[in-house]
Amino acid sequence: MDELILYTEHFNFYYGNFHALKNISMGMEAHKVTALIGPSGCGKSTFLRSLNRMNDIIPGTRVEGKVIFDGNDIYEKNVDVVDLRRKIGMVFQKSNPFPKSIFDNVAYGLYINGERNKSIIADRVEESLTGAALWDEVKDRLDKSALDLSGGQQQRLCIARALAIKPEIILMDEPASALDPIATQKIEELIFELKNEYTIVIVTHNMQQAARVSDFTAFFYLGELIEFGDTERIFTNPKLKKTEDYVTGRFG
Amino acid sequence: MQNRKHKNKAVILRQLRENIIERFFQVNGLFAVIVLVGIFSLLLIEGLPALQSLGLKEFFLNRIWDPTSFERESYGLLSMIVSTLMVTLGAMVIAVPLGILCAAYIADIAKPRVREIIKPVIEILAGIPSVVIGFMGIIVVGPMLAKIFGTSNGLNAMNGSILLAVMSLPTIISISEDAILAVPQEFKNASLALGATRWQTLVRVTIPAAMSGIIASVMLGMGRAIGETMTVLMATGNAPAMPGGFFDSVRTMTATIAIELGETVQGGIHYKSLFVIGFVLFLMTFVVNLVSDVVLQKYQKVSR
Ligand SMILES: Nc1ncnc2c1ncn2[C@@H]1O[C@H](COP(=O)(O)OP(=O)(O)OP(=O)(O)O)[C@@H](O)[C@H]1O
Ligand SMILES: [Mg+2]
Repeated sequence: MDELILYTEHFNFYYGNFHALKNISMGMEAHKVTALIGPSGCGKSTFLRSLNRMNDIIPGTRVEGKVIFDGNDIYEKNVDVVDLRRKIGMVFQKSNPFPKSIFDNVAYGLYINGERNKSIIADRVEESLTGAALWDEVKDRLDKSALDLSGGQQQRLCIARALAIKPEIILMDEPASALDPIATQKIEELIFELKNEYTIVIVTHNMQQAARVSDFTAFFYLGELIEFGDTERIFTNPKLKKTEDYVTGRFG
Repeated sequence: MQNRKHKNKAVILRQLRENIIERFFQVNGLFAVIVLVGIFSLLLIEGLPALQSLGLKEFFLNRIWDPTSFERESYGLLSMIVSTLMVTLGAMVIAVPLGILCAAYIADIAKPRVREIIKPVIEILAGIPSVVIGFMGIIVVGPMLAKIFGTSNGLNAMNGSILLAVMSLPTIISISEDAILAVPQEFKNASLALGATRWQTLVRVTIPAAMSGIIASVMLGMGRAIGETMTVLMATGNAPAMPGGFFDSVRTMTATIAIELGETVQGGIHYKSLFVIGFVLFLMTFVVNLVSDVVLQKYQKVSR
Protein backbone atom coordinates (compact mmCIF):
# COMPACT_ATOMS: atom_id res chain seq x y z
CA MET A 1 0.00 0.00 0.00
CA ASP A 2 0.98 3.56 -0.67
CA GLU A 3 0.91 6.33 1.82
CA LEU A 4 -2.20 6.27 4.03
CA ILE A 5 -3.38 9.79 4.71
CA LEU A 6 -6.21 8.70 6.95
CA TYR A 7 -6.89 5.42 8.70
CA THR A 8 -8.95 3.99 11.50
CA GLU A 9 -7.91 1.47 14.13
CA HIS A 10 -10.51 -0.65 15.88
CA PHE A 11 -12.99 2.15 15.57
CA ASN A 12 -16.35 1.81 17.31
CA PHE A 13 -19.21 4.23 17.30
CA TYR A 14 -22.27 4.37 19.55
CA TYR A 15 -25.51 6.35 19.34
CA GLY A 16 -26.42 6.06 23.01
CA ASN A 17 -26.58 2.30 23.52
CA PHE A 18 -26.77 1.50 19.85
CA HIS A 19 -23.49 0.09 18.55
CA ALA A 20 -23.48 1.58 15.04
CA LEU A 21 -19.91 0.86 13.95
CA LYS A 22 -18.08 -2.24 15.05
CA ASN A 23 -14.32 -2.46 15.15
CA ILE A 24 -13.58 -0.78 11.85
CA SER A 25 -9.97 -0.74 10.71
CA MET A 26 -9.28 0.62 7.25
CA GLY A 27 -7.20 3.26 5.52
CA MET A 28 -7.55 5.85 2.77
CA GLU A 29 -4.71 6.35 0.32
CA ALA A 30 -3.80 9.87 -0.69
CA HIS A 31 -5.08 11.04 -4.06
CA LYS A 32 -7.31 8.05 -4.43
CA VAL A 33 -11.05 7.63 -4.31
CA THR A 34 -12.36 5.26 -1.67
CA ALA A 35 -15.99 4.19 -2.01
CA LEU A 36 -18.15 3.05 0.91
CA ILE A 37 -20.98 0.75 -0.09
CA GLY A 38 -23.53 -1.31 1.77
CA PRO A 39 -27.24 -1.57 2.39
CA SER A 40 -29.19 1.25 3.96
CA GLY A 41 -28.57 1.69 7.67
CA CYS A 42 -25.26 -0.20 7.70
CA GLY A 43 -23.34 2.80 9.01
CA LYS A 44 -21.75 4.39 5.94
CA SER A 45 -22.83 7.92 6.78
CA THR A 46 -21.95 7.40 10.41
CA PHE A 47 -18.48 6.27 9.42
CA LEU A 48 -18.04 9.20 7.04
CA ARG A 49 -19.14 11.70 9.67
CA SER A 50 -16.74 10.12 12.14
CA LEU A 51 -13.83 11.04 9.89
CA ASN A 52 -14.26 14.79 10.39
CA ARG A 53 -16.04 14.56 13.72
CA MET A 54 -19.35 15.85 12.41
CA ASN A 55 -20.92 13.27 14.71
CA ASP A 56 -19.83 15.44 17.64
CA ILE A 57 -22.93 17.55 16.98
CA ILE A 58 -25.26 14.65 17.73
CA PRO A 59 -25.85 14.43 21.48
CA GLY A 60 -25.30 11.14 23.27
CA THR A 61 -22.75 9.67 20.90
CA ARG A 62 -19.50 7.98 21.87
CA VAL A 63 -16.46 6.59 20.10
CA GLU A 64 -13.80 3.99 20.84
CA GLY A 65 -10.62 3.34 18.92
CA LYS A 66 -8.64 5.69 16.77
CA VAL A 67 -8.92 7.71 13.60
CA ILE A 68 -5.44 8.73 12.52
CA PHE A 69 -5.02 11.71 10.24
CA ASP A 70 -1.59 13.13 9.47
CA GLY A 71 -0.18 10.86 12.12
CA ASN A 72 -2.43 12.04 14.94
CA ASP A 73 -5.59 10.65 16.47
CA ILE A 74 -8.36 13.13 15.67
CA TYR A 75 -10.28 12.08 18.76
CA GLU A 76 -7.47 13.09 21.07
CA LYS A 77 -8.45 15.73 23.62
CA ASN A 78 -6.23 18.53 22.35
CA VAL A 79 -7.38 18.30 18.74
CA ASP A 80 -8.98 21.44 17.34
CA VAL A 81 -12.15 20.25 15.64
CA VAL A 82 -12.49 23.48 13.69
CA ASP A 83 -9.05 23.06 12.22
CA LEU A 84 -9.70 19.40 11.50
CA ARG A 85 -12.85 20.17 9.54
CA ARG A 86 -11.00 22.73 7.49
CA LYS A 87 -8.64 20.00 6.38
CA ILE A 88 -11.31 17.34 5.93
CA GLY A 89 -14.19 18.85 4.00
CA MET A 90 -17.62 17.38 3.49
CA VAL A 91 -20.34 17.32 0.85
CA PHE A 92 -23.74 16.21 2.03
CA GLN A 93 -26.28 13.92 0.42
CA LYS A 94 -28.87 16.67 0.29
CA SER A 95 -27.31 19.73 -1.29
CA ASN A 96 -27.38 22.50 1.26
CA PRO A 97 -26.24 25.84 -0.12
CA PHE A 98 -26.70 28.76 2.24
CA PRO A 99 -29.54 31.18 1.46
CA LYS A 100 -26.94 33.63 0.20
CA SER A 101 -25.58 34.58 -3.20
CA ILE A 102 -23.56 32.08 -5.23
CA PHE A 103 -20.44 34.10 -4.59
CA ASP A 104 -21.00 34.34 -0.84
CA ASN A 105 -21.59 30.61 -0.63
CA VAL A 106 -18.17 29.83 -2.04
CA ALA A 107 -16.49 32.68 -0.19
CA TYR A 108 -17.97 31.63 3.14
CA GLY A 109 -15.20 29.24 4.12
CA LEU A 110 -12.57 31.87 3.31
CA TYR A 111 -14.40 34.48 5.33
CA ILE A 112 -14.61 32.41 8.46
CA ASN A 113 -10.92 31.65 8.03
CA GLY A 114 -10.28 35.35 8.35
CA GLU A 115 -9.53 36.06 4.69
CA ARG A 116 -10.61 39.62 3.90
CA ASN A 117 -8.62 40.46 0.77
CA LYS A 118 -11.26 40.96 -1.91
CA SER A 119 -9.13 40.01 -4.89
CA ILE A 120 -7.81 36.86 -3.22
CA ILE A 121 -11.37 35.87 -2.38
CA ALA A 122 -12.61 36.59 -5.90
CA ASP A 123 -9.78 34.56 -7.41
CA ARG A 124 -10.41 31.64 -5.12
CA VAL A 125 -14.14 31.72 -5.80
CA GLU A 126 -13.50 31.51 -9.53
CA GLU A 127 -10.90 28.80 -9.07
CA SER A 128 -13.24 26.74 -6.89
CA LEU A 129 -16.22 27.12 -9.17
CA THR A 130 -14.05 26.17 -12.11
CA GLY A 131 -12.77 23.21 -10.14
CA ALA A 132 -16.34 22.14 -9.50
CA ALA A 133 -17.19 22.52 -13.21
CA LEU A 134 -19.74 25.19 -12.47
CA TRP A 135 -18.00 28.43 -13.41
CA ASP A 136 -19.28 28.72 -16.97
CA GLU A 137 -22.84 28.21 -15.86
CA VAL A 138 -22.84 30.81 -13.10
CA LYS A 139 -20.16 33.36 -13.88
CA ASP A 140 -22.73 35.93 -15.02
CA ARG A 141 -24.90 35.64 -11.96
CA LEU A 142 -22.59 35.25 -9.03
CA ASP A 143 -24.61 37.73 -7.01
CA LYS A 144 -27.86 35.82 -7.50
CA SER A 145 -29.26 33.55 -4.84
CA ALA A 146 -27.77 30.06 -4.74
CA LEU A 147 -31.24 28.66 -4.08
CA ASP A 148 -32.27 29.51 -7.63
CA LEU A 149 -29.80 26.99 -9.07
CA SER A 150 -30.91 23.55 -10.19
CA GLY A 151 -30.35 20.58 -7.88
CA GLY A 152 -27.26 19.42 -9.75
CA GLN A 153 -25.83 22.91 -9.84
CA GLN A 154 -26.49 23.31 -6.14
CA GLN A 155 -24.58 20.13 -5.42
CA ARG A 156 -21.64 21.28 -7.51
CA LEU A 157 -21.83 24.60 -5.69
CA CYS A 158 -21.52 22.72 -2.42
CA ILE A 159 -18.47 20.95 -3.82
CA ALA A 160 -17.01 24.30 -4.88
CA ARG A 161 -17.70 25.62 -1.40
CA ALA A 162 -15.78 22.71 0.08
CA LEU A 163 -12.91 23.18 -2.40
CA ALA A 164 -12.53 26.87 -1.61
CA ILE A 165 -10.73 26.26 1.65
CA LYS A 166 -8.42 23.73 0.00
CA PRO A 167 -9.02 20.73 2.23
CA GLU A 168 -6.80 17.68 1.99
CA ILE A 169 -9.65 15.20 2.04
CA ILE A 170 -13.21 15.54 0.78
CA LEU A 171 -15.91 13.33 2.25
CA MET A 172 -18.96 12.91 0.02
CA ASP A 173 -22.17 11.34 1.25
CA GLU A 174 -24.15 10.14 -1.75
CA PRO A 175 -23.47 13.39 -3.59
CA ALA A 176 -25.39 12.37 -6.68
CA SER A 177 -28.27 10.44 -5.20
CA ALA A 178 -30.81 13.18 -5.87
CA LEU A 179 -29.61 13.99 -9.36
CA ASP A 180 -30.54 12.94 -12.87
CA PRO A 181 -28.13 10.81 -14.95
CA ILE A 182 -26.54 13.78 -16.70
CA ALA A 183 -25.94 15.73 -13.51
CA THR A 184 -24.68 12.51 -11.94
CA GLN A 185 -22.25 12.02 -14.78
CA LYS A 186 -20.96 15.54 -14.30
CA ILE A 187 -20.33 14.87 -10.63
CA GLU A 188 -18.55 11.63 -11.47
CA GLU A 189 -16.32 13.33 -14.01
CA LEU A 190 -15.64 15.95 -11.41
CA ILE A 191 -14.61 13.37 -8.84
CA PHE A 192 -12.22 11.93 -11.38
CA GLU A 193 -10.66 15.37 -11.86
CA LEU A 194 -10.57 16.16 -8.17
CA LYS A 195 -8.53 13.16 -7.17
CA ASN A 196 -5.44 14.72 -8.69
CA GLU A 197 -5.46 17.22 -5.88
CA TYR A 198 -7.60 15.70 -3.18
CA THR A 199 -8.23 12.46 -1.42
CA ILE A 200 -11.86 11.48 -1.71
CA VAL A 201 -14.08 9.23 0.34
CA ILE A 202 -17.50 8.71 -1.18
CA VAL A 203 -20.62 6.93 0.00
CA THR A 204 -22.79 5.59 -2.76
CA HIS A 205 -25.71 3.24 -3.29
CA ASN A 206 -24.97 2.99 -6.95
CA MET A 207 -22.75 -0.01 -7.70
CA GLN A 208 -21.83 1.20 -11.16
CA GLN A 209 -20.89 4.52 -9.72
CA ALA A 210 -18.64 2.94 -7.14
CA ALA A 211 -17.06 0.79 -9.86
CA ARG A 212 -16.59 3.77 -12.16
CA VAL A 213 -15.17 6.38 -9.83
CA SER A 214 -13.36 4.61 -7.04
CA ASP A 215 -9.95 3.02 -6.64
CA PHE A 216 -10.84 1.21 -3.43
CA THR A 217 -14.13 -0.06 -2.15
CA ALA A 218 -15.25 -0.87 1.37
CA PHE A 219 -18.34 -2.98 1.90
CA PHE A 220 -20.20 -2.33 5.14
CA TYR A 221 -22.91 -4.50 6.59
CA LEU A 222 -24.76 -3.96 9.88
CA GLY A 223 -22.04 -1.73 11.25
CA GLU A 224 -19.21 -4.01 10.30
CA LEU A 225 -16.59 -3.67 7.60
CA ILE A 226 -17.06 -6.89 5.67
CA GLU A 227 -14.55 -6.50 2.89
CA PHE A 228 -12.16 -3.82 1.73
CA GLY A 229 -9.83 -3.72 -1.24
CA ASP A 230 -9.18 -2.68 -4.82
CA THR A 231 -12.42 -1.72 -6.45
CA GLU A 232 -11.73 -3.94 -9.40
CA ARG A 233 -11.18 -6.97 -7.24
CA ILE A 234 -14.20 -6.27 -5.01
CA PHE A 235 -16.44 -6.13 -8.06
CA THR A 236 -14.94 -8.94 -10.08
CA ASN A 237 -13.52 -11.31 -7.55
CA PRO A 238 -14.80 -10.70 -4.02
CA LYS A 239 -13.48 -12.98 -1.33
CA LEU A 240 -16.68 -13.22 0.60
CA LYS A 241 -20.05 -14.50 -0.46
CA LYS A 242 -21.85 -11.61 1.23
CA THR A 243 -19.88 -9.06 -0.76
CA GLU A 244 -20.53 -10.89 -3.96
CA ASP A 245 -24.23 -11.05 -3.27
CA TYR A 246 -24.34 -7.36 -2.59
CA VAL A 247 -22.30 -6.10 -5.53
CA THR A 248 -24.16 -8.31 -7.94
CA GLY A 249 -27.44 -7.01 -6.59
CA ARG A 250 -28.71 -10.26 -5.12
CA PHE A 251 -29.60 -8.50 -1.91
CA GLY A 252 -29.58 -4.93 -0.65
CA MET B 1 -69.74 8.98 -21.08
CA GLN B 2 -71.87 8.53 -18.01
CA ASN B 3 -68.75 8.35 -15.95
CA ARG B 4 -67.32 11.55 -17.39
CA LYS B 5 -70.48 13.50 -16.68
CA HIS B 6 -70.34 12.28 -13.11
CA LYS B 7 -66.76 13.38 -12.84
CA ASN B 8 -67.62 16.80 -14.18
CA LYS B 9 -70.15 17.25 -11.48
CA ALA B 10 -67.57 16.42 -8.83
CA VAL B 11 -65.15 18.87 -10.37
CA ILE B 12 -67.76 21.63 -10.46
CA LEU B 13 -68.64 20.99 -6.84
CA ARG B 14 -65.01 21.13 -5.84
CA GLN B 15 -64.44 24.35 -7.73
CA LEU B 16 -67.50 25.83 -6.09
CA ARG B 17 -66.17 24.93 -2.69
CA GLU B 18 -62.76 26.39 -3.52
CA ASN B 19 -64.50 29.55 -4.67
CA ILE B 20 -66.49 29.90 -1.50
CA ILE B 21 -63.40 29.42 0.63
CA GLU B 22 -61.52 31.98 -1.40
CA ARG B 23 -64.37 34.49 -1.05
CA PHE B 24 -64.41 33.88 2.68
CA PHE B 25 -60.76 34.85 2.96
CA GLN B 26 -61.31 37.84 0.71
CA VAL B 27 -64.13 39.07 2.92
CA ASN B 28 -61.97 38.69 5.98
CA GLY B 29 -59.12 40.58 4.39
CA LEU B 30 -61.52 43.24 3.24
CA PHE B 31 -62.90 43.56 6.74
CA ALA B 32 -59.45 44.29 8.12
CA VAL B 33 -58.96 46.95 5.47
CA ILE B 34 -62.35 48.48 6.24
CA VAL B 35 -61.57 48.72 9.94
CA LEU B 36 -58.23 50.30 9.15
CA VAL B 37 -59.75 52.83 6.77
CA GLY B 38 -62.48 53.48 9.34
CA ILE B 39 -59.99 54.35 12.06
CA PHE B 40 -58.01 56.44 9.64
CA SER B 41 -61.08 58.44 8.56
CA LEU B 42 -62.36 58.85 12.09
CA LEU B 43 -59.08 60.34 13.24
CA LEU B 44 -58.93 62.52 10.17
CA ILE B 45 -62.53 63.73 10.40
CA GLU B 46 -62.24 64.50 14.10
CA GLY B 47 -58.90 66.18 13.71
CA LEU B 48 -59.43 68.04 10.45
CA PRO B 49 -61.27 71.08 11.89
CA ALA B 50 -58.36 71.71 14.22
CA LEU B 51 -55.88 71.34 11.39
CA GLN B 52 -57.91 73.72 9.26
CA SER B 53 -58.39 76.46 11.81
CA LEU B 54 -54.88 76.36 13.27
CA GLY B 55 -52.93 75.35 10.20
CA LEU B 56 -50.17 72.80 9.72
CA LYS B 57 -47.63 75.40 10.70
CA GLU B 58 -49.01 75.70 14.21
CA PHE B 59 -48.83 71.95 14.72
CA PHE B 60 -45.51 71.22 13.15
CA LEU B 61 -43.43 74.36 13.55
CA ASN B 62 -44.48 75.62 16.95
CA ARG B 63 -42.26 74.00 19.53
CA ILE B 64 -44.66 74.53 22.40
CA TRP B 65 -47.66 72.48 23.38
CA ASP B 66 -49.85 74.49 25.75
CA PRO B 67 -53.50 74.45 24.66
CA THR B 68 -54.76 75.88 27.95
CA SER B 69 -52.45 78.89 28.15
CA PHE B 70 -54.01 82.22 29.08
CA GLU B 71 -51.73 84.28 26.89
CA ARG B 72 -51.35 82.21 23.74
CA GLU B 73 -52.68 78.74 23.20
CA SER B 74 -49.99 76.62 21.54
CA TYR B 75 -50.46 73.38 19.66
CA GLY B 76 -46.93 72.37 18.71
CA LEU B 77 -46.61 68.58 18.37
CA LEU B 78 -42.87 68.56 17.83
CA SER B 79 -41.88 68.04 21.44
CA MET B 80 -44.11 65.01 21.88
CA ILE B 81 -43.18 63.54 18.50
CA VAL B 82 -39.54 63.82 19.47
CA SER B 83 -40.34 62.37 22.91
CA THR B 84 -42.17 59.40 21.41
CA LEU B 85 -39.36 58.76 18.94
CA MET B 86 -36.73 59.09 21.62
CA VAL B 87 -38.38 56.75 24.07
CA THR B 88 -39.18 54.23 21.35
CA LEU B 89 -35.77 54.26 19.71
CA GLY B 90 -34.12 54.12 23.11
CA ALA B 91 -36.20 51.08 23.90
CA MET B 92 -35.22 49.46 20.62
CA VAL B 93 -31.53 50.14 21.18
CA ILE B 94 -31.84 48.15 24.39
CA ALA B 95 -34.33 45.51 23.33
CA VAL B 96 -33.15 44.55 19.84
CA PRO B 97 -29.65 43.29 20.63
CA LEU B 98 -30.77 41.84 23.92
CA GLY B 99 -33.80 40.19 22.33
CA ILE B 100 -31.89 38.67 19.43
CA LEU B 101 -29.11 37.40 21.69
CA CYS B 102 -31.64 35.96 24.07
CA ALA B 103 -33.57 34.31 21.24
CA ALA B 104 -30.38 32.89 19.76
CA TYR B 105 -29.38 31.58 23.15
CA ILE B 106 -32.71 29.89 23.76
CA ALA B 107 -33.02 28.48 20.25
CA ASP B 108 -29.46 27.48 19.55
CA ILE B 109 -27.37 27.20 22.67
CA ALA B 110 -29.45 26.53 25.77
CA LYS B 111 -29.92 22.97 26.96
CA PRO B 112 -33.49 21.71 26.71
CA ARG B 113 -33.91 21.93 30.49
CA VAL B 114 -32.85 25.58 30.60
CA ARG B 115 -35.11 26.32 27.66
CA GLU B 116 -38.06 24.80 29.45
CA ILE B 117 -37.53 27.21 32.33
CA ILE B 118 -36.86 30.38 30.34
CA LYS B 119 -39.73 30.10 27.88
CA PRO B 120 -42.59 30.29 30.39
CA VAL B 121 -40.81 33.09 32.25
CA ILE B 122 -40.78 35.14 29.07
CA GLU B 123 -44.42 34.34 28.43
CA ILE B 124 -45.29 35.57 31.90
CA LEU B 125 -43.31 38.73 31.23
CA ALA B 126 -45.47 39.32 28.16
CA GLY B 127 -48.59 39.07 30.26
CA ILE B 128 -47.70 41.66 32.90
CA PRO B 129 -50.13 44.60 32.66
CA SER B 130 -48.58 47.87 31.59
CA VAL B 131 -49.72 49.57 34.80
CA VAL B 132 -47.61 47.16 36.79
CA ILE B 133 -44.59 47.83 34.62
CA GLY B 134 -45.19 51.55 35.03
CA PHE B 135 -45.35 51.04 38.76
CA MET B 136 -41.98 49.27 38.62
CA GLY B 137 -40.70 52.29 36.74
CA ILE B 138 -41.73 54.59 39.54
CA ILE B 139 -40.53 52.57 42.51
CA VAL B 140 -37.58 50.62 41.11
CA VAL B 141 -36.11 51.86 37.84
CA GLY B 142 -36.63 55.57 38.60
CA PRO B 143 -34.83 55.64 41.95
CA MET B 144 -32.10 53.45 40.52
CA LEU B 145 -31.51 55.79 37.61
CA ALA B 146 -31.56 58.76 39.93
CA LYS B 147 -28.94 57.15 42.12
CA ILE B 148 -26.67 56.02 39.28
CA PHE B 149 -26.75 59.26 37.30
CA GLY B 150 -27.23 61.64 40.20
CA THR B 151 -30.40 63.24 38.93
CA SER B 152 -33.15 64.54 41.20
CA ASN B 153 -35.62 61.89 40.09
CA GLY B 154 -35.56 59.07 37.63
CA LEU B 155 -38.77 59.86 35.84
CA ASN B 156 -37.39 60.58 32.41
CA ALA B 157 -37.03 59.33 28.84
CA MET B 158 -34.42 56.79 29.90
CA ASN B 159 -36.80 55.24 32.37
CA GLY B 160 -39.48 55.00 29.69
CA SER B 161 -37.04 53.42 27.26
CA ILE B 162 -35.99 50.78 29.76
CA LEU B 163 -39.57 49.88 30.60
CA LEU B 164 -40.65 49.78 26.97
CA ALA B 165 -37.64 47.61 26.23
CA VAL B 166 -38.83 45.20 28.91
CA MET B 167 -42.30 45.24 27.40
CA SER B 168 -41.22 44.64 23.83
CA LEU B 169 -38.64 41.99 24.72
CA PRO B 170 -41.09 39.07 24.95
CA THR B 171 -42.41 39.82 21.48
CA ILE B 172 -38.95 40.15 19.99
CA ILE B 173 -37.61 37.09 21.77
CA SER B 174 -40.41 34.66 21.05
CA ILE B 175 -40.83 35.55 17.38
CA SER B 176 -37.09 35.69 16.74
CA GLU B 177 -36.67 32.40 18.52
CA ASP B 178 -39.22 30.74 16.29
CA ALA B 179 -37.43 32.14 13.26
CA ILE B 180 -34.06 30.88 14.47
CA LEU B 181 -35.45 27.45 15.33
CA ALA B 182 -36.90 27.23 11.84
CA VAL B 183 -33.47 27.49 10.21
CA PRO B 184 -32.73 24.03 8.80
CA GLN B 185 -30.01 22.01 10.50
CA GLU B 186 -28.45 21.45 7.06
CA PHE B 187 -27.29 25.06 6.91
CA LYS B 188 -25.61 24.73 10.25
CA ASN B 189 -24.04 21.41 9.28
CA ALA B 190 -22.67 22.94 6.10
CA SER B 191 -21.14 25.77 8.07
CA LEU B 192 -19.65 23.54 10.76
CA ALA B 193 -18.25 21.17 8.15
CA LEU B 194 -16.41 24.11 6.61
CA GLY B 195 -14.61 24.60 9.89
CA ALA B 196 -16.79 27.37 11.28
CA THR B 197 -17.10 27.62 15.03
CA ARG B 198 -20.50 27.43 16.62
CA TRP B 199 -20.43 31.14 17.19
CA GLN B 200 -19.49 31.90 13.57
CA THR B 201 -22.25 29.60 12.42
CA LEU B 202 -24.77 31.40 14.59
CA VAL B 203 -23.74 34.89 13.51
CA ARG B 204 -23.02 34.28 9.84
CA VAL B 205 -25.51 31.58 8.89
CA THR B 206 -28.27 31.00 11.39
CA ILE B 207 -29.18 34.57 12.24
CA PRO B 208 -29.01 35.82 8.63
CA ALA B 209 -31.18 32.89 7.54
CA ALA B 210 -33.70 33.85 10.21
CA MET B 211 -33.47 37.55 9.43
CA SER B 212 -36.91 38.08 7.94
CA GLY B 213 -38.52 36.68 11.07
CA ILE B 214 -36.21 38.71 13.27
CA ILE B 215 -37.05 41.91 11.43
CA ALA B 216 -40.73 41.14 11.78
CA SER B 217 -40.27 40.61 15.51
CA VAL B 218 -38.49 43.92 15.89
CA MET B 219 -41.22 45.73 14.00
CA LEU B 220 -43.91 44.18 16.16
CA GLY B 221 -41.97 45.05 19.29
CA MET B 222 -41.53 48.59 18.05
CA GLY B 223 -45.21 48.85 17.26
CA ARG B 224 -45.92 47.88 20.81
CA ALA B 225 -43.46 50.44 22.14
CA ILE B 226 -44.75 53.36 20.06
CA GLY B 227 -48.33 52.76 21.05
CA GLU B 228 -47.72 52.01 24.72
CA THR B 229 -49.44 54.58 26.92
CA MET B 230 -49.82 53.72 30.57
CA THR B 231 -46.19 52.79 31.21
CA VAL B 232 -44.71 55.92 29.70
CA LEU B 233 -47.39 58.05 31.29
CA MET B 234 -46.34 56.78 34.69
CA ALA B 235 -42.60 56.65 34.25
CA THR B 236 -41.42 59.53 32.12
CA GLY B 237 -42.42 62.51 34.24
CA ASN B 238 -44.74 64.06 31.65
CA ALA B 239 -43.14 67.45 31.13
CA PRO B 240 -44.69 68.73 27.91
CA ALA B 241 -41.53 70.32 26.58
CA MET B 242 -38.89 69.63 24.01
CA PRO B 243 -36.49 67.15 25.65
CA GLY B 244 -32.80 67.93 25.62
CA GLY B 245 -31.66 64.39 26.30
CA PHE B 246 -32.53 61.05 27.81
CA PHE B 247 -32.42 62.42 31.33
CA ASP B 248 -35.11 64.99 30.66
CA SER B 249 -38.64 64.33 31.60
CA VAL B 250 -40.71 63.78 28.48
CA ARG B 251 -44.32 63.45 27.50
CA THR B 252 -45.11 61.18 24.60
CA MET B 253 -47.98 61.49 22.16
CA THR B 254 -49.92 58.67 23.73
CA ALA B 255 -49.48 60.06 27.22
CA THR B 256 -50.68 63.48 26.10
CA ILE B 257 -53.86 62.05 24.63
CA ALA B 258 -54.51 59.95 27.72
CA ILE B 259 -53.90 62.80 30.14
CA GLU B 260 -55.78 65.54 28.36
CA LEU B 261 -58.70 63.87 26.64
CA GLY B 262 -60.78 63.76 29.79
CA GLU B 263 -60.14 67.38 30.69
CA THR B 264 -61.11 69.02 27.45
CA VAL B 265 -64.43 70.31 26.20
CA GLN B 266 -65.77 67.71 23.84
CA GLY B 267 -65.78 69.03 20.32
CA GLY B 268 -63.58 71.98 21.22
CA ILE B 269 -60.40 72.84 19.38
CA HIS B 270 -58.20 71.31 22.08
CA TYR B 271 -60.24 68.13 21.92
CA LYS B 272 -59.93 68.01 18.18
CA SER B 273 -56.22 68.65 18.24
CA LEU B 274 -55.80 65.53 20.37
CA PHE B 275 -57.20 63.63 17.42
CA VAL B 276 -54.55 65.25 15.27
CA ILE B 277 -52.00 63.67 17.62
CA GLY B 278 -53.73 60.35 17.19
CA PHE B 279 -53.66 60.79 13.45
CA VAL B 280 -49.95 61.56 13.39
CA LEU B 281 -49.29 58.56 15.62
CA PHE B 282 -51.26 56.42 13.21
CA LEU B 283 -49.17 57.70 10.33
CA MET B 284 -45.99 56.97 12.26
CA THR B 285 -46.88 53.35 12.90
CA PHE B 286 -47.92 53.12 9.29
CA VAL B 287 -44.51 54.36 8.18
CA VAL B 288 -42.79 51.89 10.52
CA ASN B 289 -44.69 49.06 8.87
CA LEU B 290 -44.02 50.36 5.41
CA VAL B 291 -40.31 50.68 6.05
CA SER B 292 -40.16 47.21 7.53
CA ASP B 293 -41.89 45.83 4.45
CA VAL B 294 -39.37 47.47 2.18
CA VAL B 295 -36.45 46.27 4.29
CA LEU B 296 -37.88 42.78 4.34
CA GLN B 297 -38.35 42.66 0.61
CA LYS B 298 -34.87 43.95 -0.07
CA TYR B 299 -33.51 41.37 2.30
CA GLN B 300 -35.43 38.51 0.78
CA LYS B 301 -34.25 39.43 -2.68
CA VAL B 302 -30.67 38.83 -1.64
CA SER B 303 -31.23 35.69 0.34
CA ARG B 304 -33.62 34.00 -2.03
N1 LIG C 1 -28.61 10.50 14.90
C1 LIG C 1 -28.78 9.18 15.11
N2 LIG C 1 -29.24 8.74 16.31
C2 LIG C 1 -29.42 7.43 16.53
N3 LIG C 1 -29.18 6.47 15.62
C3 LIG C 1 -28.73 6.84 14.42
C4 LIG C 1 -28.51 8.21 14.10
N4 LIG C 1 -28.07 8.28 12.83
C5 LIG C 1 -28.01 7.01 12.39
N5 LIG C 1 -28.39 6.15 13.32
C6 LIG C 1 -28.44 4.68 13.19
O1 LIG C 1 -27.17 4.23 12.89
C7 LIG C 1 -27.21 3.23 11.89
C8 LIG C 1 -26.35 3.64 10.73
O2 LIG C 1 -26.90 4.79 10.14
P1 LIG C 1 -26.25 5.52 8.91
O3 LIG C 1 -27.00 6.74 8.65
O4 LIG C 1 -24.81 5.64 9.15
O5 LIG C 1 -26.51 4.46 7.75
P2 LIG C 1 -26.16 4.56 6.20
O6 LIG C 1 -25.33 3.38 5.89
O7 LIG C 1 -25.61 5.88 5.88
O8 LIG C 1 -27.59 4.37 5.55
P3 LIG C 1 -28.18 5.04 4.22
O9 LIG C 1 -27.58 4.30 3.11
O10 LIG C 1 -29.64 4.81 4.33
O11 LIG C 1 -27.81 6.48 4.25
C9 LIG C 1 -28.68 3.07 11.52
O12 LIG C 1 -29.18 1.93 12.18
C10 LIG C 1 -29.33 4.30 12.06
O13 LIG C 1 -30.64 4.03 12.47
MG1 LIG D 1 -26.34 7.56 4.74
